[in-house]
Amino acid sequence: MVGYWNLFWTFFKIGLFTFGGGAAMLPLLRMEVVEKNKWATDEELLDYYSIGQCTPGIIAINTATFVGYKMGGIWGAILTTLGVVMPSIIIITLIAAVLQNFMNNEYVKEAFAGVRIVVVALVLSAVVELWKKGVHGRFGIFIFAASLALLIFFNLSPIAVILIASVSGLTYLRLERK
Amino acid sequence: MIYLVLFWEFFKIGLLAIGGGLVTIPFLMDLTDKYDWFSKQQLADMIAVAESTPGPVGVNMATYGGFNAAGIWGGLIATLGLVLPSLIIIILISKYVMKYENEGIFKSILFGIRPAVLALILYAGYVLAEMAFTDVKTALIGVLAFAIVHYFRKLHPIVFILCGAVMGIVLKL
Repeated sequence: MVGYWNLFWTFFKIGLFTFGGGAAMLPLLRMEVVEKNKWATDEELLDYYSIGQCTPGIIAINTATFVGYKMGGIWGAILTTLGVVMPSIIIITLIAAVLQNFMNNEYVKEAFAGVRIVVVALVLSAVVELWKKGVHGRFGIFIFAASLALLIFFNLSPIAVILIASVSGLTYLRLERK
Repeated sequence: MIYLVLFWEFFKIGLLAIGGGLVTIPFLMDLTDKYDWFSKQQLADMIAVAESTPGPVGVNMATYGGFNAAGIWGGLIATLGLVLPSLIIIILISKYVMKYENEGIFKSILFGIRPAVLALILYAGYVLAEMAFTDVKTALIGVLAFAIVHYFRKLHPIVFILCGAVMGIVLKL
């Protein structure tokens, strides 16, 4: 069992430095959860993401709850969830209450423009790293390419893509076994 | 009792919005018709703030919307309402996911899903890139940033994010 404080603090940090939602959170999750604390493997993280996409709620929260539950049961789940939303609550309340013009500040705008670029680079780097863990053989590459095409050219919803991929995976392994 | 109504409305959003933060936008749009908590213009501002401040976008929008409707407690209660369905549902299914992750059918399903999730993440990265790369200069910085980030991938992402903020100010992006 991991210390509750450590779970809360880790996800507080992740919430504080996530700029842009579920995908932007992935590089931080990998560093904190997989590399540093070894609470889950890359594969498990990908699984939590896919389940988080298909279940109600925000993916970032769903993933935090998964890791929390795995490491500390129900209390762990509650603490990681609280940890990941706490920075939002504090920062957004501050912005809404006293820093109305915060987002119009030149320096703030420039800083955010810089951060956005770095976040894209981090997400891309995480995808490259996870490629070795998540994509196996020609079939894996096919699913990856087909999913990307469905998203870009057919505007399919993430849930639809995941459902199609799961059925394909199942069928492929069945056929291969024969 | 505005707090109860806020909690209930955001609880419903948390329950019905499948697929992440931006999926909550149409639900928030409905709220502007039903209540006078925030206007459509304020919703547009909310989205802009939520996307560029730290934290998951959906959570930020709930806090901002709740605050506009009923102050600090409103923000807190709306956020709790949004988060609660996730918490309950994931706790309920976690046990089974962890038990069957490496078994039979479930394993075959995940075998197909993992490459698809990577495609989803890459696509999300592409959407972020569309917002980040506003001209040739930012795109070139992006390529350079990827090379650096990937080469020094053992460093904590927070280091790069802070560097990004400094770089933005120094280069006047």
